[in-house]
Amino acid sequence: MRGVLTRLVSAALVVWAAATCAFLVLQLIPGDPVYAIVGSDALVSEEQHERIRAEFGLDQPLVVQYLNYVARLATFRFGDSYQLQQPVATVLADQLWPTVQLALAATALAPLLAVLVAVATSGRRNWPRRVAAAVELVVVSTPSFWLGIMLLTIFSFRLGWLPVSEAGGVASLVLPTITLALPIAAVLTQVMREGLLAALDQPFAVTARARGVPETAVRYRHALRHSALPALTMAGWFTGTLLGGAVIVENVFARPGIGRITLQAVGDRDLPVVQGVVALSAVVFVAVSVLVDVLYAVVDPRLRRTTGVQAI
Amino acid sequence: MSLVEATDLNVRFASGRVHAVRDASLRLEPGRCLALVGESGSGKSALARSLLGLAGPTAMVTAGGLRIAGQDAQGFGPREWRRVRGRHIGLVSQDALVALDPLRPIGAEITESLLAHRTVPRSAARERVVGLLTRVGVPEPEERARQYVHQLSGGLRQRALIASAIAAEPGILIADEPTTALDAAVQARVLALLNELKEQGTGLLLISHDLAVVEALADEVAVMRHGVIVETGPTDRVLDDPRHAYTKELLAAVPGSRPRAVREPVDAGEAPLLTVTGVVKRFGGRTAVAGVDFTLRPGETLGLVGESGSGKTTLARVVLGLARPDEGTVLLDGDPWSGVPERARRTRRHTIQLVPQDPLSAVDPRWPVSRIVGEALAATGVPRAERAGRTVVLLERVGLTADLLDRRPAALSGGQRQRVAIARALAPKPRLLVCDEPVSALDVSVQAQVLDLLRRLQEELGLATLFISHDLAVVREVCDRVMVMKDGVVVESGPVEDVFAGPVHPYTKSLLDAVPRRARTAREPAQERL
Repeated sequence: MRGVLTRLVSAALVVWAAATCAFLVLQLIPGDPVYAIVGSDALVSEEQHERIRAEFGLDQPLVVQYLNYVARLATFRFGDSYQLQQPVATVLADQLWPTVQLALAATALAPLLAVLVAVATSGRRNWPRRVAAAVELVVVSTPSFWLGIMLLTIFSFRLGWLPVSEAGGVASLVLPTITLALPIAAVLTQVMREGLLAALDQPFAVTARARGVPETAVRYRHALRHSALPALTMAGWFTGTLLGGAVIVENVFARPGIGRITLQAVGDRDLPVVQGVVALSAVVFVAVSVLVDVLYAVVDPRLRRTTGVQAI
Repeated sequence: MSLVEATDLNVRFASGRVHAVRDASLRLEPGRCLALVGESGSGKSALARSLLGLAGPTAMVTAGGLRIAGQDAQGFGPREWRRVRGRHIGLVSQDALVALDPLRPIGAEITESLLAHRTVPRSAARERVVGLLTRVGVPEPEERARQYVHQLSGGLRQRALIASAIAAEPGILIADEPTTALDAAVQARVLALLNELKEQGTGLLLISHDLAVVEALADEVAVMRHGVIVETGPTDRVLDDPRHAYTKELLAAVPGSRPRAVREPVDAGEAPLLTVTGVVKRFGGRTAVAGVDFTLRPGETLGLVGESGSGKTTLARVVLGLARPDEGTVLLDGDPWSGVPERARRTRRHTIQLVPQDPLSAVDPRWPVSRIVGEALAATGVPRAERAGRTVVLLERVGLTADLLDRRPAALSGGQRQRVAIARALAPKPRLLVCDEPVSALDVSVQAQVLDLLRRLQEELGLATLFISHDLAVVREVCDRVMVMKDGVVVESGPVEDVFAGPVHPYTKSLLDAVPRRARTAREPAQERL
């Protein structure tokens, strides 16, 4: 019970800290937000200008603006988008589902690829490991927009197997998912392979082999679970990559979604939307870290007592 | 018929550069136990593993002949080896905490052995697991099968490991240091279980550096050194009448087989260096130390004996000033040592130094010896210019030479490492050493050397020592007085001779009974004469 309370308090602190950072950073962007509200090309009289400033609370001192902002955040009112003239909550809710689809698909694909490649390349022979390591290095160092463009060029333009861009439908999800998942899978594979090799050197792996268990089963049944622990610690990075990756992937593939809205909002200095996205990301991060703590206890029974999670 | 028969077996590593086993021959028969004896690095484990085809991916195993369960094992591929492992030859390694998968319940580990050879249909596996756990003497087997290794005591863990090794009913069991990580009493019970298996017809290959364990179990002994079996014979013959010089050397090094140091009794009138009064230490609801009193005079060695969890280490931490006692006081040289601010203690910290159990984990693995010892000198204010010279003096004092100065801990042998740890402890010129199991990680001959060193240092420097050990023979060899701890309380204390010759408390008696026979007779010449 006390653990739950501490968790909630710390979650609130994280969201508050992220929102404060976003507020401060957006103040640093040069230019008058009024032009963002009316559109940069529009001509506004001094009088209209003042009215808009007052309407959006921009004439108040920075501290008051900040407190208003925190108060709105605490009551889940993010205000209206400057550009779209809609409540931020509506904007985000409309765009959430395509991004969630993409993120879930990548979350399923990346660990699956990582497990398969890590298990396949942790054997006694060295050369598969070397080949895989080289491929991983290339994938990790490739910018994902370029990866996306290459995939589009090959599979959509040349071969015509998959649509270039078309919202909805599973086929349209394939290339964006691969683009998003490949770099994540490459890093996860490296971490998991290290973990697998370390686990295979442990005495319990020798015991398992001495029982007559085949080498592949030793890896799947014993070592894989041990390698999941270091992989789990990367969940924060994983989440960040998913969110950041969504911005690029959605733009390259012209998909609707949070990433695209974010890029647009930053470009147009649409502060309420940016702030909404930051708050949403912070909540996602907190949720993921709670989930990871639970998963730790599921994977490693030795951690169950301390986290208070029951054995499953 | 012998189940395993190896002739002129060779194991080489690293493309032949390391020749781990040379021309070894052995036979394993049902209901008989062969013990491989030797120090670490002598090739005993490599030899045993090669019988399972598990000597490692870089190992090259060749033999004049290798027959396992009637088949020629030299032509075995991975599939044939798998059929042998667990089914014909089982393996019990040391320390079940790491030898069983910590992430799986022990029931799953035992089931794996059962299903690997399809000796039992999956539906009957659960019942068999319970049967196996019962057979190895695990109470409440249904419940235990669902538990994880870390939830079990040392003895139960080892039993679970044995259950998983015998699940597919192998004719031969390789027991690689099966009791090394265990306390004396638990060790005795695990040895009894292995003996029972032997009597039921399982052939044993026992690997051990502990001759007391070997004597309790083995019918035959093979002594290994540098990969060569230098002597074989029936256990009694080899232990009573060793023929090879190395066997004699090994036997002479066994603690307790050597004469006790005759020392000047410590002047009882001298003011105590350390006075511990009514110390209690609790962790949450658990009381680790429940009211302990003792004194330690300059130059005196006090042994602290008890099983793991008895509170020895907590008491040592209180003495070292690393844990604050919840009740009671500790006086150092007459001045308060517990319950004072760290600032008041820091200038006196050099008076008490620790010699750790495992020096490899107690020193920075990236530091060379010069820096490890130099840091301790720097902490006591020795100017930089003098440190190098003082380090060499300290190394010589513990029997090391200056050419080790640039070595890192990994490049030292176990004995050298412990000497470096002792040199570091001596650097601040302490008056009291706290030795926490200082030799339990070492081979017997190295153990003997380190004990000699500690005794010599006590005499030369007049050091008082608090000597913590679970090994009664070691305590008897070096200590003046002994305290026996159980559940946080000192149940018996007194001069070593008195306590060992006539233990009063039942717990002390059970500890002494748990020591295998030969070691005991060697240790208690007084009783033997009766």
